[in-house]
Amino acid sequence: MRRHEAVKAITDCFKEAYIIGCNGLIGRELYSVEDSPRNFYVLGSMGLPTAIGLGLALAKPDRKIVVITGDGNQLMSLGALTTVGRTSPKNFIEIILDNECYETTGGQETSSPTAKFHKLAKNSGFRHAMYVHSLDRLAIVLHRSVKAEGPILIHAKIEKGEPNPPRAQIDPYKMRNVFMKALGTR
Amino acid sequence: MNSREFCLLLKDSGFDFFSGVPCSLLGSIIQHLTYDKNFQYVPATREDEALGIAVGAYMGGKKPVVLMQNSGLGNSIDALTSLVLLYRFPVLLIISWRGFEENDFIEHSLMGKYMQAFLNTMKIPTIIISPSDLPKQIAEADQVMRKSETSVALVLRKGVVE
Repeated sequence: MRRHEAVKAITDCFKEAYIIGCNGLIGRELYSVEDSPRNFYVLGSMGLPTAIGLGLALAKPDRKIVVITGDGNQLMSLGALTTVGRTSPKNFIEIILDNECYETTGGQETSSPTAKFHKLAKNSGFRHAMYVHSLDRLAIVLHRSVKAEGPILIHAKIEKGEPNPPRAQIDPYKMRNVFMKALGTR
Repeated sequence: MNSREFCLLLKDSGFDFFSGVPCSLLGSIIQHLTYDKNFQYVPATREDEALGIAVGAYMGGKKPVVLMQNSGLGNSIDALTSLVLLYRFPVLLIISWRGFEENDFIEHSLMGKYMQAFLNTMKIPTIIISPSDLPKQIAEADQVMRKSETSVALVLRKGVVE
C-alpha cells in the first residue's frame, strides 16, 4: 500500500470528519489528496498530532476527529497514547502510516519494525486497535471505524520510496482560522 | 491564597480547560482541578503534549490553561515556537519558578536563572504572580491574550498558593 492510497482511503471514508495531518510528507500528501477546510496541518511540532487531536476530541465530543501520523512521529510521543487511553474520547481515531523510516528527511530508519503500535494502544486503554498491511484491509477497518466507538488506533504498514508531494504554501494563522470556522468555533 | 481561590479566579475569567504536568509548587492546584467536578483537567505525560492538548481544546472552543514546572519549559520550546506562537494560539501558561533566587535543589539552578530569558526571547508576556494582585493580573493576561492572540505566562513562586 502506498502513502497516497492510504491517505485517499482515509479521506474517502471520513467525509464529515476533522482531520489532523502530521508534519512532513504525510501532511503534504493529505494536502495534495484533498485540501479541505476540515484539515488541520501540523507544520512543525513533530510528535504532537495525537495531543492536538485529543484536545479537540475532548472539546468537541459531537465531531469525529481523525489523526493521521507516521511511525517516526508517533515514536516521539508514545506517552500521548496513554493519555488518549486514559481520557478515552469516543470520537477519536488515529491512523499511523508506518513506512519504517523518516522518509521526509531522506529515509533514515526508525525503531518501528519491532514496535507494535496497535498492541501498545490496546494496552493503554484504546477501545479498538488494529494492524493492517494492505489497502483492502485498511478500507475495511476504516469503514468499520466510522460507526464504531473510539478511541480507535489503526496501525497501517505502507511502502517507502515514493514520489514526494510538493510542500504546500500554508499560512498557519489563516489555516487554523479556516479550520475553526469549519468547526463553528470562530 | 489557597488553591481553591486560585482556581476560582481562573474560572471566573472563563478558563475552562486545563492540562499539564505537576510540580510540587502546583500540586494543590492540580489536585483541586482534578477533584473538583467543575473543572476539566487532563494529565499529560510531557509538557509539550499538554500544549498540544490545549491547542486542540482551543480550536474546539475552550479557553485552555497549561500548568508546568519551569523545567518543562525546556521540553516545550518546539511546541511553543512551531505551534502555539506560530499559529497564534492564546494558551495561558502557569509556570512554577523552581530555582528562584538559587534557593532550591541544584537541578533547578540553571533553569531558575534562565527561565525569564527564554520567555523574553520567545516574546511571551510574563507576569510574576503576586497573590494580592492576582485578580488584576489574570484580567491583564486575559486581555493581552484576546487582543494579541498570543500566550501569556503567569509565573508562580514558592509559597504563593498553598
